[in-house]
Amino acid sequence: MHTKTLAELSLGLQAKTYSSVELTQFFLNRIDQHQQLNSYITVTPELALAQAKAADQRIANGMSDLLTGIPIAQKDIFCTQGVITTCGSKMLANFNAPYSATVVDKFNQAGAVMLGKLNMDEFAMGSSNETSYFGSVKNPWNINTVPGGSSGGSAAAVSARLAVCATGTDTGGSIRQPAALCGITGLKPTYGRVSRYGMIAYASSLDQGGPMTRSAEDAAIMLQTMAGFDEKDSTSVDIPVPDYRIGLNKSLVGLKIGLPKEFFGEGLDENVAATLASAIAEYRKLGAEIIDISMPNLKLAIPAYYVIAPAECSANLSRFDGVRYGYRCESPVDLTDLYTRSRGEGFGKEVKRRILMGTYALSTGYYDAYYLKAQKIRRLISEDFKAALATVDVIMGPVTPSTAFGIGEKMDDPIAMYLSDIYTIAINLAGVPAMSIPAGFVAGMPVGLQLIGDYFSEDRLLNIAHQYQQVTDWHNFIPTGFE
Amino acid sequence: MSLTADDVNKIAHLARLGIDKQDVGAYANDLSGMLDLMIRMSEVNTDHVEPMAHPMDQAQRLRADEVTEINQREAFQVIAPQVEAGLYLVPKVIE
Repeated sequence: MHTKTLAELSLGLQAKTYSSVELTQFFLNRIDQHQQLNSYITVTPELALAQAKAADQRIANGMSDLLTGIPIAQKDIFCTQGVITTCGSKMLANFNAPYSATVVDKFNQAGAVMLGKLNMDEFAMGSSNETSYFGSVKNPWNINTVPGGSSGGSAAAVSARLAVCATGTDTGGSIRQPAALCGITGLKPTYGRVSRYGMIAYASSLDQGGPMTRSAEDAAIMLQTMAGFDEKDSTSVDIPVPDYRIGLNKSLVGLKIGLPKEFFGEGLDENVAATLASAIAEYRKLGAEIIDISMPNLKLAIPAYYVIAPAECSANLSRFDGVRYGYRCESPVDLTDLYTRSRGEGFGKEVKRRILMGTYALSTGYYDAYYLKAQKIRRLISEDFKAALATVDVIMGPVTPSTAFGIGEKMDDPIAMYLSDIYTIAINLAGVPAMSIPAGFVAGMPVGLQLIGDYFSEDRLLNIAHQYQQVTDWHNFIPTGFE
Repeated sequence: MSLTADDVNKIAHLARLGIDKQDVGAYANDLSGMLDLMIRMSEVNTDHVEPMAHPMDQAQRLRADEVTEINQREAFQVIAPQVEAGLYLVPKVIE
């Protein structure tokens, strides 16, 4: 059953070939068998089986949705009432959220089954899942390598078939980079497309939740449930949600693909580049036209991001004060000691590094030089995207400079870790949607192809990804040991 | 640009963030590395560029000034580290 996609399993459930209880038990068993990946922080078997039972009833009554009875898993950044939400941090190790995220509510309404909560970098800050308080996640393609981050647990679980699909969040590449490194499909929607209500904030002007799945068709099904206006999120965008599956089969003849030269220069592994070239040749066969473009400000994305994201994080994370919820230190002597030690003991190194950076960038005397400057650069980057997307339908490029790196390899060098996000960060600054789809392997490790579209063009991106998946089978490969 | 251990301690105080003494040097080093990355930004002229705070350049939505939230005091206090008689407890502030 684990070799089937969400779309196929949905048909099986409707046809009553198997029940949701059977399917759920099957995935719970797999999770139990493959604990070595450390992809889950919390597994919720009782809840899952109860939801599965309800889903079977709903299917019997003919009231089902495509997701009814499908076992999914939530990144542990989405608040779930009744189930601990840790955000990968000691700070929230025992946090029982008083409400559920809108995304979680929507899956519940659709009748999806939640298997558990997935491991992630602490507060979504990291590119390797090594900053998690609950230990690093292993990449199912080679357990000595990282799965990427911050949605590393989501990517590893979907890749190893420990969930049919999963949610992720993407602030600077946190859906696309792990999707690429684990060989799955990941979509970061347009900023504002998916509600952020109940999704623990890292950098509020960049964070966006999205689907992590086997195929583009599965991503379309998940996004259909996740997307939409939410009055509880003040940055949610009130425009209609299209039917994401209806256009999947549209022809790509005449599609204009832009390849920014800045994406294919120095720093990109030559084997990854060759893999991407084959993928682009495949698109040419499908009738697409390839156009060389230039986006000169892309090189400024990393510096701008590492001002803006830490600045927003330092403000967002000031709420963790040891008073209202979360970790509190032992025997504080006074209020300052309470704040300082609770935060000092509750947060890990990477989170502290970003709080310090953000606090510095926002402090008197440095605000103009760093924060304001970065916001101006952000405008220039965004204008590069607008200009490029006025001449081409989609921009393609790498997701990561190389395949998955070794566990521990970059943990002592934060700057090297940051530079590994070079191809994904600009997209969040602009707010446009982007996907990572499996495009081949280098020495047995997956390579992702990035597709970047105009604002609210998720339907088009899914169509472009789906057409590629009709003529290739990279997305169907299963890592050895998980067949 | 490089930051000293004193700078790091000052920033940590602003953020009310405890950091271990033995880590201060490493943070100074890491933050200096990050600031070096940012030098690139100053090479670009942004004199007439409007800062971008939000991807959609959107104005914040407004709503009618009506009470919409229900009182969830108990639900919120259940998850607090220390409460008594409906109040959040902190160390003594006034002697």
